[in-house]
Amino acid sequence: MNTSTAGSGTLDQQSLDDTKELGAFMETSSAGSGMLDQRRLQTVKRQRFQDFIFHKITLSFSLIVLVSLIGIIVSLAIAAWPTFKKFGIEFIWRVEWDIINEEFGAAIAIFGTLASATIAILIAMPLSFGIALFLTETCPTWLRRPLGTAIELLAAVPSIIYGMFGLFIFAPLFAEYGQPALQSTLGQMPLLAPLFGGATNGIGILAAGLILAFMILPFIAAVMRDVFEIVPPILRESAYGVGCTTWEVVRYIVLPYTQQGVIGGVMLGLGRALGETMAVTFVIGNSQRISASLFSPGSSIASTLANEFGEAADFHLSTLFALGLLLFVITFIVLALAKILIIRTERAKGLKT
Amino acid sequence: MNQNLYRKRIMINRIGISLSMLAMTLGLFVLLWILSVLFINGFKALDLNMFFQSTPAPGTEGGGLANAIVGSLMLVGFATLVSTPVGILAGIYLAEYGDTSKTAEVTRFMTDIMLSAPSIVLGLFVYAILVAQVKHFSGWAGTIALSLIAIPVVLRTTENMLRLVPGSLREAAFALGAPRWKVATMVTLRAAKAGVVTGVLLALARISGETAPLLFTALNNQFFSLDMNGPMSNLPVVIFQFALSPYDNWVRLAWGGALLITLTVLVLNILARVYFRDKTPG
Amino acid sequence: MTESPEQTPKSAIQIRNLNFFYGKFQGLRNINLDIVEHKVTAFIGPSGCGKSTLLRTLNRMYSLYPGQRADGEINFYGQNILDPKQDLNLLRARIGMVFQKPTPFPMSIYDNIAFGVRLYENLPKGAMDERVEWALTKTALWNEAKDKLNQSGLALSGGQQQRLCIARSVAVKPSVILLDEPTSALDPISTAKIEELVHELKSEYTVAIVTHNMQQAARVSDHTAYMYLGEMMEYGKTDQLFIKPKKKETEDYITGRFG
Repeated sequence: MNTSTAGSGTLDQQSLDDTKELGAFMETSSAGSGMLDQRRLQTVKRQRFQDFIFHKITLSFSLIVLVSLIGIIVSLAIAAWPTFKKFGIEFIWRVEWDIINEEFGAAIAIFGTLASATIAILIAMPLSFGIALFLTETCPTWLRRPLGTAIELLAAVPSIIYGMFGLFIFAPLFAEYGQPALQSTLGQMPLLAPLFGGATNGIGILAAGLILAFMILPFIAAVMRDVFEIVPPILRESAYGVGCTTWEVVRYIVLPYTQQGVIGGVMLGLGRALGETMAVTFVIGNSQRISASLFSPGSSIASTLANEFGEAADFHLSTLFALGLLLFVITFIVLALAKILIIRTERAKGLKT
Repeated sequence: MNQNLYRKRIMINRIGISLSMLAMTLGLFVLLWILSVLFINGFKALDLNMFFQSTPAPGTEGGGLANAIVGSLMLVGFATLVSTPVGILAGIYLAEYGDTSKTAEVTRFMTDIMLSAPSIVLGLFVYAILVAQVKHFSGWAGTIALSLIAIPVVLRTTENMLRLVPGSLREAAFALGAPRWKVATMVTLRAAKAGVVTGVLLALARISGETAPLLFTALNNQFFSLDMNGPMSNLPVVIFQFALSPYDNWVRLAWGGALLITLTVLVLNILARVYFRDKTPG
Repeated sequence: MTESPEQTPKSAIQIRNLNFFYGKFQGLRNINLDIVEHKVTAFIGPSGCGKSTLLRTLNRMYSLYPGQRADGEINFYGQNILDPKQDLNLLRARIGMVFQKPTPFPMSIYDNIAFGVRLYENLPKGAMDERVEWALTKTALWNEAKDKLNQSGLALSGGQQQRLCIARSVAVKPSVILLDEPTSALDPISTAKIEELVHELKSEYTVAIVTHNMQQAARVSDHTAYMYLGEMMEYGKTDQLFIKPKKKETEDYITGRFG
């Protein structure tokens, strides 16, 4: 006889209607206990039924996430259908956004999205690495908790606050000091000059990237800190033992050991940056064109949606759904890759099975 | 020993450590900067009218945020009422039944993605399935959009916290002959209570500041309204519209609203942490 | 529960040709053993010998985990415990278990006891109060706990918590109680109290206890089984096994010459 009943399967395998046998069990085994009666049998039947219901309810609730994910893709695809029917897959790289003549393409918004997110990542990556390094390696123990919390609070600040801060505080300062400084330094270099040309009014793709950088920084730093902490102390200690400096331990032990997780954290930040709406909408300038200069205003997918959705109708609305679908697909891929990399790191180091 | 090489290594180490401290300082500086700006501008806007008057019409003086505050409370309140039981029960499924099933593994993965998915897309989704069908914006649509954001947060925290409950406690309940649902709800969930409450608070904090998904669902309402079937005013959307407006009193109100939601979010976050620390032994 | 101990030894549980697997690893090999009614049976042996595993087959605790399985037969008053049709909740209500570390539920002392009782009995308030008092008295906890029945079970000391857990098992009136190293996390005084308790329990219950402490087995048990590497090396009356072991391996172990 083989009784390989898995725990979670007990209910399914013991179908609800085999109460006859259950009854038989109660009778034959009553010798062992003086308190078995019909009521107890009822209790068991009721409990089996409750367990069955409980299993199904929790299962169906857990499926809500899955169903909404599929629902998002399907419903957006349906709503976006007229757009793709008219422009085909070309919609993705058409450089046009003419609401009056109904000529649309996603390239401008995609460019703005990718450009601002790339800038954000380039700035946030070294900063969060520094923060994670500080929190795990050099920070005095008593300061770890408050500082870690402070960084996590940075993640909790609603994105619309970042947007307002960017528009009212950061942009004027950036126009006054930041942009001229950049123009007079990097802007003088032969190849980089076009990137820093044009009017310096504080808003634009670079400003959006900068604000985004500080928005996603805490997310990346948190992942990095967590994966740094899974490095076995013995590895660290043996490196210190042969006389390595803190920097060398991080550079040659911690980083190689956690490489995939670190990349995963960065991609997680990238995913956030790509889909962020409010922080970007306030400072990107919301202009539907592509320009070589990072100072010039542009638009991202999310900012286009936030700005135009209210006034859009019919075909224009459909193109916005098409943009939304593209955004979802892009972030989905980035986030999925991020997640896979993080899981792999944790699994390889035996944290998860 | 090569003194030069040694000096160089020490130098590099110093530079690296200094840069990391600089990064930390910069992070803290930005946090403090944002908060101080917010407090300075927000407190200037704070007065009693803000809590008792509704949002002003274009070009009129004064006005407050009463309708937006109440609207936000209702949207977030209902979304919490929906997402808490759903998230907790779904979390129980992943923790109690999720070891063997492939569905659970996929759900877990997708939940992690939904945790970071662009919230604006969730707004589009609810618009497509609800607003576009009934042909009007509504508080309920906003509630659904916020719930979809909150559920993954509650779900994953619940699952993680349930997994931290010692297996022996679970076994002890089974050893008494308890059915699985009683073990899960009366023993393990209770033992994980602190963590689960923390998850709910964090979800609450997260949706309190969400703007993008409400743009296409609850929209906004210039007037005071308790009708969840109609467009509903809420702080984030009001802040968005007012901050970008040309009227001074609107911008002032936007700062006031921004202070309110940030305070709410930060207080919820800190509460969650303190609660978790106090209620967790060890 | 009211039947008096019989003169001729009667088996509460008969184990026949029991094999147990953790995935591919075989944890128990061909175990045959009778656990006598209203007696204390102790399982001893070095760690990893399978004594806890054996205990966990008796209430099918292993069924909670995928990949663990048993074959053979465990006869419990005419029913095969290993039968896939076996109702596990009912089985576990009749074969109680107490674990290594105290496992009070995160609820009041009163509710800790009442939790198990409520599962299968619908007692009015008065009767439930009586049952709680009865169980706590049985485990010599009543005097210490009667004034704080509404406090959390976690507020008790380690030894008290463990007695609470035994009271919790006793309260549902099982016919067998399994004790899995119940004193390994306790101080000597608490241990002595639990051992005394085990002695009292056997007048009404059949007790199986796993212990890593040979003196404990000698003190509390009527029968002792010595296990090694998943096999039953020797099984017999405790006095005989400790004084005159039949096998060299058993002798080596109990005299401390093992390994």
